[in-house]
Amino acid sequence: MKEVKETPMEACESCAFYNAAQLKKLGVNVENADFVVALAGNPNTGKSTVFNALTGLRQHTGNWAGKTVTRAEGGFSYNEKRYKLIDLPGTYSLLSTSEDEEVARNFILFGRPDVTVIVADASRLERNLNLVLQVLEITDKAVLCLNLMDEAKRHGISIDDRTLAKDLGIPVVVTSARSGEGIPELIKVIAQVASGEIVCKPHKIKNLNSKVSEAVEELSSKLLKAYPGLPNSRWVAMRLLDGDQRILSALKEGELVA
Amino acid sequence: MSDQNNQIDDIISFASSLRWKVGDDFHDKLTEAIYSDAAVITSRVETKGDDEKSYHFDRLLDRILTSRRFGFLIMALILSVILWLTIQGANYPSSMLNTLLLELIYPTLKSVSASIGLPWWLDGFLFDGVYMAVAWVIAVMLPPMAIFFPLFTLLEDFGYLPRVAFNLDGLFKKSGAHGKQALTMSMGWGCNAAGVVATRIIDSPRERLIAIITNNFSLCNGRWPTQILIATIFIGALVPSGLSGTISTLAVIAIAFLGIVFMFLTSWLLSRTMLKGEVSTFTLELPPYRPPRFWKTIYTSLIDRTIIVLWRAIIFAAPAGAVIWLISNIDIGSTSVASHAIEFLDPFGILIGLNGVILLAYVVAIPANEIVIPTVLMLTVAHFNITGFGAGDGVMFELDSVSETENILKTGGWTLLTGINLMLFSLLHNPCSTTIFTIYKETKSWKWTSVATILPVVFGVVVCFLIAQCWRLLF
Repeated sequence: MKEVKETPMEACESCAFYNAAQLKKLGVNVENADFVVALAGNPNTGKSTVFNALTGLRQHTGNWAGKTVTRAEGGFSYNEKRYKLIDLPGTYSLLSTSEDEEVARNFILFGRPDVTVIVADASRLERNLNLVLQVLEITDKAVLCLNLMDEAKRHGISIDDRTLAKDLGIPVVVTSARSGEGIPELIKVIAQVASGEIVCKPHKIKNLNSKVSEAVEELSSKLLKAYPGLPNSRWVAMRLLDGDQRILSALKEGELVA
Repeated sequence: MSDQNNQIDDIISFASSLRWKVGDDFHDKLTEAIYSDAAVITSRVETKGDDEKSYHFDRLLDRILTSRRFGFLIMALILSVILWLTIQGANYPSSMLNTLLLELIYPTLKSVSASIGLPWWLDGFLFDGVYMAVAWVIAVMLPPMAIFFPLFTLLEDFGYLPRVAFNLDGLFKKSGAHGKQALTMSMGWGCNAAGVVATRIIDSPRERLIAIITNNFSLCNGRWPTQILIATIFIGALVPSGLSGTISTLAVIAIAFLGIVFMFLTSWLLSRTMLKGEVSTFTLELPPYRPPRFWKTIYTSLIDRTIIVLWRAIIFAAPAGAVIWLISNIDIGSTSVASHAIEFLDPFGILIGLNGVILLAYVVAIPANEIVIPTVLMLTVAHFNITGFGAGDGVMFELDSVSETENILKTGGWTLLTGINLMLFSLLHNPCSTTIFTIYKETKSWKWTSVATILPVVFGVVVCFLIAQCWRLLF
């Protein structure tokens, strides 16, 4: 792998079979992980199915929203790196205060996963993007897994994933996790984002009116002065403007910076 | 450090002054911005074909499955089909397991123990007691669960369960419970322990407790065979033989339906007494219908649900087998402990239209409802000294012939009233020990575990008592 970096190898790297062979499903063995990967997404978009495909575990899956009731952890290793995968509860948003949303939000914010994989239902893209855009305000290491592509096709929907990737500023991988399609590509992209090979430039929420966006920018720059390198200063600013008590106390306790 | 603190205080006060400026509709503004961003991006990347056929199919199916007119009917029909498949389909593998475990392995164990000269009490304790109970639970419990859970999971994978919850939501709300309790209730028809675990989907602790406590009113797999046997013997016999099959099936369905009535009633009572509170609202998403993955579903539901539940049942059945054997073989004076207990329980049993044998069977067969009937038969034969049946004191058995079972029970003093009340008591009694243990694990509270255990028994005793009294006044 290290010495032979010639053309035939290049061909291999894009081949699903080769990549699948590099994958070692580690089940619940998540010790000494090199990277932590969070799985976020709307309910019933197939997060648990993606989770099972990556870890080889058999987390129960079912066709209804809110089925995952316990936080599931699993692992896989790929190219000699070990990844710990966390299946977060499915949520439509991260803005309200329901328990599920807190768990998901807090993990992405305070757990600082190396990669956040957002699983989205390709046949309901617009609704799913609401969560995607919110996650992208919190973290800039994200991958969009456009799942249920088979179902979208059944509904006559097609999605230009390259434009979507450009608009969102993160890699987009098209999958049908139920049949395992696209999983090797997903793994590869996760590895590239984790190692920094792919640098994301995530989309930031644009359509705020000038008064609001000015306030966000002002507060955000003040936050950046106090915490240089805070990756989600805009988002923290928005939460403070929304009067989010949990974020306020996190700010006081200094939880926001690693 | 204090510099940083000052900065933070500065930020916080700055933020609150900005909040005044921005106005209190910031949350809405932000939500609107996110929505419009999402809409812009979607319009750039998504093309919708004009082939909306599958969408229309989903809509049509939803209109039928959740319609006022057909929704309930279809639910009842699907449930009946699943139960029928479970009960009928389980017969064959059950009798095969029975042959293997009880007719092949059991005699082998006995002859091996005889050849190595094991003392009679150790041989009896191990093989007639512990082994017999475990083998029995496997033979009668495994096949129905291995059929029911995969069928149920297929429905789940297809997307039908949320439609059930949707149909029943109104009724649950009226009784002060959560709409998702419909899902845990139907899971309970397979196994109450699995139903109790499934209540994790209910967020609000109050409504989750209601779902846990009332799950036992879902007639579980372990109790269906008892219901069917007793209905065949006592209810089916009331009508001409051509109708007896239909009538006894209807009687069993009536009992299951009564369970649903009790579930709603208890939910209503609890939410007005011990568990007062508002019904929490929740969004129930009707997911798209998806073709279920057949083999995968069967595999995972076997591993996740069936094997785990079976393992727990085995752990509890082993000591119960030991107890059943011991009480039948340890004598105080000239009679066994079991007979003493039967004599002691008999007056109370008769008072509520049952008898001492049944009550003792329900006490010692707490690990699994499946072993109630075998225990009843064994205790009846031993207590009334009926010869020609069974394999000795403390050895459970069952008969292939319904009429022989009937003869044994009638010798034991059973009447139509005993039959009806046993069916009611089988519905309304404490959960099996596996379920009780699961309730404790889920609630971590002895108080709620006790409530869930005792409440159904109280119902059972009261209902059986009232029926017995009315019966004796009338006939």
